Amino acid sequence: MRVVIAEDLALLRDGLIRLLSAYDFEVVEAVDNGPSLLPALLKHRPDVAVVDVRLPPTFTDEGLQAAIAARAEVPGLPVLVLSQHVEQLYARELLSDRTGGVGYLLKDRVSHVSQFIDAVRRVAAGGTALDPEVVGQLLARRSTEEPLKALTPREREVLGLMAEGRSNNAIAGRLFVTDKAVGKHINNIFTKLSLPPSDDDNRRVLAVLTYLNG
Amino acid sequence: MGDVNEELTRFVSRGLTASVRSFVIGVVFFVAGLVLLILTILSIAFIPLFGLGIFLTPLLTVGVRALANERRKLAGQWSGVEIPAPYKPRPPMESFGVIGGWQRCRWVLGDPATWRDLLWLLASPVTLALGILPASLVGYGVEGILVMPALLPYLDGYHYGPGWLIDIPFEGIVAIPQGVLILALGLATAPVLLRLHDRFTRLMLGPTRQAVLDQRVRVLTRTRAETVDAQAAELRRIERDLHDGAQARIVSLGMSLGLAEDLVTRDPVAAQKLLAEARDASDRALAELRDLVRGIHPPVLAERGLDGAVRALALTLPITVEVDIELHGRPQAPVESAGYFAVAEALANVAKHSHATHVWVLVRHNGRGLGMTVSDDGVGGADPMRGTGLRGIERRLAAFDGTVAVSSPPGGPTVVTMELPCELSSPKTLPSSGMG
Repeated sequence: MRVVIAEDLALLRDGLIRLLSAYDFEVVEAVDNGPSLLPALLKHRPDVAVVDVRLPPTFTDEGLQAAIAARAEVPGLPVLVLSQHVEQLYARELLSDRTGGVGYLLKDRVSHVSQFIDAVRRVAAGGTALDPEVVGQLLARRSTEEPLKALTPREREVLGLMAEGRSNNAIAGRLFVTDKAVGKHINNIFTKLSLPPSDDDNRRVLAVLTYLNG
Repeated sequence: MGDVNEELTRFVSRGLTASVRSFVIGVVFFVAGLVLLILTILSIAFIPLFGLGIFLTPLLTVGVRALANERRKLAGQWSGVEIPAPYKPRPPMESFGVIGGWQRCRWVLGDPATWRDLLWLLASPVTLALGILPASLVGYGVEGILVMPALLPYLDGYHYGPGWLIDIPFEGIVAIPQGVLILALGLATAPVLLRLHDRFTRLMLGPTRQAVLDQRVRVLTRTRAETVDAQAAELRRIERDLHDGAQARIVSLGMSLGLAEDLVTRDPVAAQKLLAEARDASDRALAELRDLVRGIHPPVLAERGLDGAVRALALTLPITVEVDIELHGRPQAPVESAGYFAVAEALANVAKHSHATHVWVLVRHNGRGLGMTVSDDGVGGADPMRGTGLRGIERRLAAFDGTVAVSSPPGGPTVVTMELPCELSSPKTLPSSGMG
């Protein structure tokens, strides 16, 4: 799989290149600043991009902005955004084009190598990978607004794990229930959020988006 | 017709009110002022003579100041002429005895405002004249209309009118138009004279430029000391958090790694366990550093400015927050940070105490500075004197001459209004207009 990396700190950039190469990703370009990221993404159209939010020259959120701009040009271009801090606000912005293929993780997660590689692959395949910290913020809110109010606490828990990008099987393992029970919960969630029938992946993205906006 | 009547009623009532007020302040402040002036001069003279003045002078000054403050208040209430009190704050002093008396004497006599008060008392004949003039005109006018025509037949040598002496009963009727004119003059000039009176009072009783500057220096000294203290405390907290948190965790991480290095060939299973521990320690160290950074300067504030940062914060609160922020540009970073933390603190208070379901955050730049309002539909009854949160907001904003006001009647709603003087930089530097 072909990857573009954007990270300004040389230490982390080299680490990411080494890590991804070790798992058979081909790093086609690694940039260290905001302005060269968008051209690189549009030129290579990689299978997945791993992008730091904060990049030179202004050290604000040009990584995020470039990722959103690239996805406007190439809908669904898979992007995994890394940051020292996570904000629900940014997760919303990333997912707002409703096409999936979005990851948003704390940089800390890179050290859990196999989980991180899983997340990169999931994003490349069009799924989502939201940081547990974002999901935690969502769970802490008591949602009083439609349509999330209709969800049972259990369904909300399942939705949270879906947002993190876990498979039905993994959710079942985490909640100590059967795959079938998870499937039922997920169907209930889709119905309660009145998501039109479409392929399962896309519905998952829409459910997560509803969750973020709730 | 009705309009003319209304106009006339307003003219008369305005003139009457002003002339009565002028009269009252002219006479009352003249009499009370004269008594206090004489007593004060005597008691100051008694300081070297009998020493009794040491105790009397401060007491009388209290009286003079009460009188002057009353006059300042009236000027504000009656003519909208605001006169701030110019006095120096009370220094720490002994409460009793000769030493205490002497210190009090030095305090009041060392304050130029005390002497200016006495000068005002000395000028009170001027204010008396200003005060009784409109009332006399009104009174004389009324006399010409009502009293004169009725009394003239019975009194010998009684006459009326400036210039044209009227002393024949038949001519009494001519006094009426004269009286009307004089009355109209009195009513017309009364409000003008009252305002003039209050302007004159401001000249005498208002703070001098020097006093205004002195007061400003005192405020700046106090807020600077508080800011420095708060910053030092903040640095101590950060140092302690780093020392007990991230630093300690990284030390333990290093130890785990060292042990794992030793064990990796002899006991790979144990080494693996140690490596997992090391990774846990690194996760926790990072989480602590993240929290610490958020408390110092939230990254999202640096990235998105006040608007984005407040929105991001709002998303993490368990209540519905409506954010309405419209700023064309960004304030200087320290001001922006103070504003953000003030709003964050206000929102935290709402979440903690108010039992509200809705909060509204409104931020605008009103030409002078940021106007920030946080209002909720909660139970109200927030006491600015009690809550440490509100005190914290006040201190944060005071460093930039900002202010906070709280309105929170029992039963709600609570409205926290904050002002933070600043200028906005051009919106070109806004990150959101950079890319995409």
